[in-house]
Amino acid sequence: MLKNTHYISFFLILFGILPISANETKEPSSENRDKKSEIKEYILHHLQDSHDFNLLSYTNNEGKKIHIGLPLPVILWDEGLKIFSSSKLHHGESVAHVGKNYYKLEHNKIYKTNSEGLIKYDESHHPTNIAPLDFSLTKGVVSIIFTSIIMFFLFKGLADSYKKNNLVANGIGRFFEPIVLYVRDEIAIPNIGEKYYKNYMSYLLTLFFFIWFLNILGLTPLGINVTGNIAVTSCLALITFLITNLTAKKVYWKHIFWMPGVPLPMKIALAPIELLGVMIKPFALMIRLYANISAGHIVLMSLISLIFIFRNWLGSSLSFILAFSISIIEILVAVLQAYIFTVLSALYFGFAVEEHDHEEQDH
Amino acid sequence: MEIPKIIGAGLVVIGVGIGIGNIGKGAMEAIGRQPDATGKIQTVMLIAAALVEGIGFAALFAV
Repeated sequence: MLKNTHYISFFLILFGILPISANETKEPSSENRDKKSEIKEYILHHLQDSHDFNLLSYTNNEGKKIHIGLPLPVILWDEGLKIFSSSKLHHGESVAHVGKNYYKLEHNKIYKTNSEGLIKYDESHHPTNIAPLDFSLTKGVVSIIFTSIIMFFLFKGLADSYKKNNLVANGIGRFFEPIVLYVRDEIAIPNIGEKYYKNYMSYLLTLFFFIWFLNILGLTPLGINVTGNIAVTSCLALITFLITNLTAKKVYWKHIFWMPGVPLPMKIALAPIELLGVMIKPFALMIRLYANISAGHIVLMSLISLIFIFRNWLGSSLSFILAFSISIIEILVAVLQAYIFTVLSALYFGFAVEEHDHEEQDH
Repeated sequence: MEIPKIIGAGLVVIGVGIGIGNIGKGAMEAIGRQPDATGKIQTVMLIAAALVEGIGFAALFAV
């Protein structure tokens, strides 16, 4: 056991020496103010979706910004389908000329402008140009499609290997078999019950692995932030809400509006509270996932920026080690948040299909 | 960056800290009494902790 801890501390110290390259010999004070706003912009830019995969960008010797990445198609509906590459938008610097229309990026949204790229603002500094309906393949959409394809082939391979290999799993899917069984035996059956759990299993499994894979993707340096986007989590919570309420039995609604075994004045007082509860539970699911993941990303990015604020050897290495440890915790948070979402969804499904087995208590 | 907002956010964090600490305390006492049930207790502890943490993110809306 002594040897294992020696290995860990050796690697931590080794990584601590790496940020020496952040040293530079320019004056610190006048740059600090620019750096703070640059860091804020970097963090905000990472949290939002963007129309291209921006892997790397730097300013070369002539002061021109060079971006290395992969531009994604922009698909707009503006009285007609318009498809063009997002490299025409140049990260918000230039105006895209498509057919007879001109489009410009402002705060990551596409607006229709004239040929000079004029954007008119109203009193609260919101642009008043027309924004066409945006169906583009943004970074988030491509990550979701990518994750779905990976999940599909992974689990299809696992399912097929049972037939070929005499009911024993073979291949990469072997790693996920215990997890699938765990979701069935510890999450679905205790919460939903033996009779109905099979109807909900496919959704629960998809939810668990989808959120887990997307959370892990968010931790890679590709800068993809899908589950930290409130639109994605709101859709997941909405689907849980719809499934709960559309497959609910009469007992479920009876328990909400006209609780048996409770005196009449309390029944009337409790009904609106229960109705609110029906809305608040999926809302809390949405906020929990969104806030956990985006808070984790913000903390991680701030610590990484700290490496570049401390331009000396000691500060940068300590910040690096701190950022490294926080990333390890974020991996745990990725699994935990997927698990919590799944468990709570299973719990709500269980409420919806509960059998009415306490008739005898009514008097 | 008004002062009441900052104080409010700080109070939320104190609340979450006390809450999750109590959950951990209860979990450890339970495991001490029945070490065989460690798996189940751990599972329930994590669920309760995540629920309390979910409220804690209200602090983010204050700032």
